[in-house]
Amino acid sequence: MLKQPIYLDYSATTPVDVRVAEKMIPYLVEKFGNPASRSHAFGWEAEAAVEEAREEVARLVNADPKEIVWTSGATESNNLALKGAAQFLAGKGKHLVTVKTEHKAILDTCRELERQGFEVTYLDVRDDGLLDLEVFKAALRPDTIVVSVMFVNNEIGVIQPIAEIGDICRARGILFHVDAAQATGKVVIDLAALKVDLMSFSAHKTYGPKGIGALYVRRKPRVRLTAQMHGGGHERGFRSGTLATHQIVGMGEAYRLARLEMGAENERIRMLRDRLLKGLSDIDEVYVNGDLERRVPHNLNISFAYVEGESLLMAIKDLAVSSGSACTSASLEPSYVLRALGREDELAHSSIRFTLGRFTTEEEIDYAIKLLHDKIGRLRELSPLWEMVQEGVDLSTVQWAAH
Amino acid sequence: MAYSIKVLDHYENPRNVGSFGKEEEGVATGMVGAPACGDVMKLQIKVGKGGVIEDAKFKTYGCGSAIASSSLVTEWVKGKTIDQALDIKNTQIADELALPPVKIHCSILAEDAIKAAVADYKKKHSEQVSV
Repeated sequence: MLKQPIYLDYSATTPVDVRVAEKMIPYLVEKFGNPASRSHAFGWEAEAAVEEAREEVARLVNADPKEIVWTSGATESNNLALKGAAQFLAGKGKHLVTVKTEHKAILDTCRELERQGFEVTYLDVRDDGLLDLEVFKAALRPDTIVVSVMFVNNEIGVIQPIAEIGDICRARGILFHVDAAQATGKVVIDLAALKVDLMSFSAHKTYGPKGIGALYVRRKPRVRLTAQMHGGGHERGFRSGTLATHQIVGMGEAYRLARLEMGAENERIRMLRDRLLKGLSDIDEVYVNGDLERRVPHNLNISFAYVEGESLLMAIKDLAVSSGSACTSASLEPSYVLRALGREDELAHSSIRFTLGRFTTEEEIDYAIKLLHDKIGRLRELSPLWEMVQEGVDLSTVQWAAH
Repeated sequence: MAYSIKVLDHYENPRNVGSFGKEEEGVATGMVGAPACGDVMKLQIKVGKGGVIEDAKFKTYGCGSAIASSSLVTEWVKGKTIDQALDIKNTQIADELALPPVKIHCSILAEDAIKAAVADYKKKHSEQVSV
């Protein structure tokens, strides 16, 4: 029997892998020491576990463990990176560059920096969701101090040209931050090769626990930040606060498993994603949002024209998917990411994001395909737009009474 | 988003879905909303002798609450005269379906759809009279 609802929202969060949970549990009850306690064995044991986890996080991204700073998650990492770098470099310049399709944790932090007196340029993307490097270069100014571009987009899964952007930034002495919350375990990240100065990580997108993340802070050339959390001077002063040993152990194990298994896992998931796409492609007027090649294998973001997204979510309640990102689905606005791709509002309103993961099965995908076929047909029978299109009406010529 | 039982019922079993032939006697159409806003409602009424609405059909592009609101008004307008139909207020629709505040606009759209359909009928009717 197929267990329902079927979870196809792995970009919102992932379950903690059982192997990760098992490794975490002893650090709650028996090995409860404070890693900062230097005077006894409880502290030493916890500190050893924290450092082992730090090594695992560093290994997944080919960095030095000394370059990993623990945080509460990618949102905090993004805040620390952007505010910390901008404030530290405020004497050098006031300008930052980012992209309109970034996560709210970047965009809202940039808005805050604007309130603090910085200037931010929000770049458009091409209609495939990718940043145009010429547009990017043209936006850089002599007073540009920080650039922030996400590795993998959370809604459409496209992979930005991080290596190329890094080269451009390094040549001009601009600090480059990358939000990699959606990238770990999905794309190979080699920080020895990439000219990235700061990179944000999350555990819970990669089968680790919620509430823990990390910020990579490059040592050579050395990156300096103004701390945002003050206290006992933990994490070399970058981020004070007692370390959450069990969470850190979980993140380390999750990243270790990702490093060992991502090759085979991504191939399996790609096969399932392609099966889903093939299964849906015989439905009329279905559009994939974002480039299909430069994209993580887990993501399929599709617009079903003339069917409204929220009613479609209701119709396919056996599938746990999202319309836009989980952070914006409570509002009535269509996805700002899809709008940035130049999608007409009605196609943005009609989009569903499927994100597959470690525990997705072929049986689940086949069920989803069948369900979508049934429900799309039913909702289109209900749709006056579909009726008009079938009658040959060009909807762009209709005068709508906007409300 | 938690939906009320009545919204779910209308969504799962929408009443009076479909379209009348445009040239059918006494048929008038109200189309309101815009694709860019995520809601388009088409309400058709079939008006008989004495200005009584004998039948109604709808099609809606929109969320579950929009579908339920338009399904509900097709039931409500039947048997009413066009003037009585104009007395249906969005607050009655919202109350009946227990719509949350963020979905009140769906009930407003349904009320607008009735007004638009009646206006279409009156326009056609006056043209016929003047001919």
